[in-house]
Amino acid sequence: MSKKILPLVLGAAMGVAASAAHAGTLEDVKAKGFVQCGVSQGLPGFSNPDSQGNWTGLDVDLCRAVAAAVFGDASAVKFTPLSAKERFTALQSGEVDILSRNTTWTMSRDTALGLNFAGVNYYDGQGFMVRKDLGVTSALELSGASVCTNTGTTTELNVADYFRANNMPYEIVAFEKADEVVAAYDAGRCDVYTTDASGLYAQRLKLSNPGDHMVLPEIISKEPLGPVVRQGDDQWFNIAKWTLNAMINAEELGVTSENVDEMKGSDNPSVKRLLGTEGAFGEAIGLSNDWAYNIIKNVGNYGESFNANVGPDTPLGIARGINALWSKGGILYAPPVR
Amino acid sequence: MANADMFHIRTEEAPVMPAPVSTTGVIGWMRQNLFSSIPNTILTIIGILIAYSIIEPFIKFAFVDAIWTGTDRKACLPAEAGGYVGACWAYVEAYFPQFIYGRYPVEEIYRVNIVYAMFVVLLVPLAMPSAPFKAINAVLFLFVFPIVAYFLLTGLVFGDTVILPIVETPVWGGLLVTLVIAVTGIVASLPLGILLALGRRSKMPIVKLVSVIFIEFWRGVPLITVLFMSSVMLPLFLPEGVVFDKLLRVLIGVTLFSAAYMAEVVRGGLQAIPKGQYEGAMALGLRFWQMMGLIILPQALKLVIPGIVNTFIGLFKDTTLVLIVGMYDLLGQIQSSFSDPTWSTPTQSHSGYLFAAMVFWCFCFGMSRYSIFMEKKLHTGHKR
Repeated sequence: MSKKILPLVLGAAMGVAASAAHAGTLEDVKAKGFVQCGVSQGLPGFSNPDSQGNWTGLDVDLCRAVAAAVFGDASAVKFTPLSAKERFTALQSGEVDILSRNTTWTMSRDTALGLNFAGVNYYDGQGFMVRKDLGVTSALELSGASVCTNTGTTTELNVADYFRANNMPYEIVAFEKADEVVAAYDAGRCDVYTTDASGLYAQRLKLSNPGDHMVLPEIISKEPLGPVVRQGDDQWFNIAKWTLNAMINAEELGVTSENVDEMKGSDNPSVKRLLGTEGAFGEAIGLSNDWAYNIIKNVGNYGESFNANVGPDTPLGIARGINALWSKGGILYAPPVR
Repeated sequence: MANADMFHIRTEEAPVMPAPVSTTGVIGWMRQNLFSSIPNTILTIIGILIAYSIIEPFIKFAFVDAIWTGTDRKACLPAEAGGYVGACWAYVEAYFPQFIYGRYPVEEIYRVNIVYAMFVVLLVPLAMPSAPFKAINAVLFLFVFPIVAYFLLTGLVFGDTVILPIVETPVWGGLLVTLVIAVTGIVASLPLGILLALGRRSKMPIVKLVSVIFIEFWRGVPLITVLFMSSVMLPLFLPEGVVFDKLLRVLIGVTLFSAAYMAEVVRGGLQAIPKGQYEGAMALGLRFWQMMGLIILPQALKLVIPGIVNTFIGLFKDTTLVLIVGMYDLLGQIQSSFSDPTWSTPTQSHSGYLFAAMVFWCFCFGMSRYSIFMEKKLHTGHKR
């Protein structure tokens, strides 16, 4: 008898626990009152804590936007710093509701890992940084250069591919830690420093004279970074996806956190649909109709977030480049709200 | 009589002259020890040159050229500050609260301060052999303090009444996490290690087998693996939605890991006790625990104080590994602050690491000195 009861009790206990997680993430999030967001352990401009301990960055803003969409309150979010190794487990096991951690969208992650990428909030790629006095303007002029990079990462392989494809001799100077690579480059041990372009801008700040260095225009790998959610919860997936789309659409329509209240009275039907004064698009994803208004009011549109965290006026000073709107020479293109 | 001038008869004692300058004081010491022969002189000069070439740039970096005040990276930027810039202490200053408390909410930081204060107030008299009320003090430190500290740090809520708002462990960080892990590990691993050591020497086969398996398992895997398993693998085995606190997982892992090491240290002490001590105790009619508690362990533990403290110091420094599971100990907190673009400068990481080294050195050196003090106090080591 007791042999039969134990599994029953255990099963019941697990059933309760499991059903709590399987019932849509939105209900879970609403029940606990905040969004649990997985971020990096510190990547300048994307997710990094400041000296007051507040998280800031492009990835962080996306989580705040999701919180704003669900609760109308951008502070209803808690951040879990995750290392690169544990990030997917944390999402799969339900420790975080959304992973916004400069994660590259690849096919294997999207399919085999049981994850869904909700879009791209930053198009990154591997780039090169050189001294300005080298007089180089293109990566194709780097023949014979010595290249500083991290050991054992795909950056090393990408460099090998790129130089071989262009028939250029080169020499790799590899180090274990990013700090060592920067120090070596700063000391003149190599001509070129290569890593993801966003990283180049961040590391440039650690050089003695950041102004003496420039990032070359060539990007030799595709690294589309975006927010990730668990597969199998379409409602939550939609919320993440449309939060990002709403931020991009808002920029395209010229809706900012400052003028959003005036824009509510706009005659433009696209703006009306976005801000919920026309149609019931919020209800379709299980939220209130002013979901996008809350995002823009509390967090801002994509351009505002970009400029505040990584843009030209920040220490990082990253130009919009391909991350500009499609109408302004970039490839940022969000489906319309209608 | 005329010859009297030819003799010199000393009528008083010769005055005591000071020893020649060349054999006493600093000069004498240097002559004897540093410049006693030509090879020694050469070695001394080389040694001084090496020491100077290391110490001089260090002093320059840490003090002379260091930047002490500033509000952002511009203060510590060579291009802005003009020329060579040493340590950026302004950055450490700006981040100091975060290094000590992590991201603990500012309005709740007084709770951490109370815990720090209680820790010091209870530990210092416990560590001083001359202080009174040892028994009460030990009970307070080992049983009352952990409970009070637990509620102070995590919060206290009865039903709907919030007495202390909950502060979740992910926002803990800095020295707080380092100390929580190290102190818990140290306090819990010693008794556990003693039990395991006794178990391994036990004549009861099951107890012995279990102890041996436990010790060899935990000693056989690296701490990093233990932490990684507890943080990455464990959640996959648990049913979805069941989440253990990460700090708790780390605490258990660290404690079990260091208990295995402690067991071997204590076993070394037990083996050094002559058989006659056991036989004498048994002849007095003492039972096992009496024999161990009154005769064997006091002698054995005294013998292995250096080994125990060695393990403690190792454990204290191993706490930095928790960074790999996304927890911010002191070092992790410092490393994470490197990602703040408002402060990134060429010497930011050097300053941060230097600060971390100083803090760790203070704690480890303190433990080491205390162990030497206790050794002298207990007259261990059969001194010649």
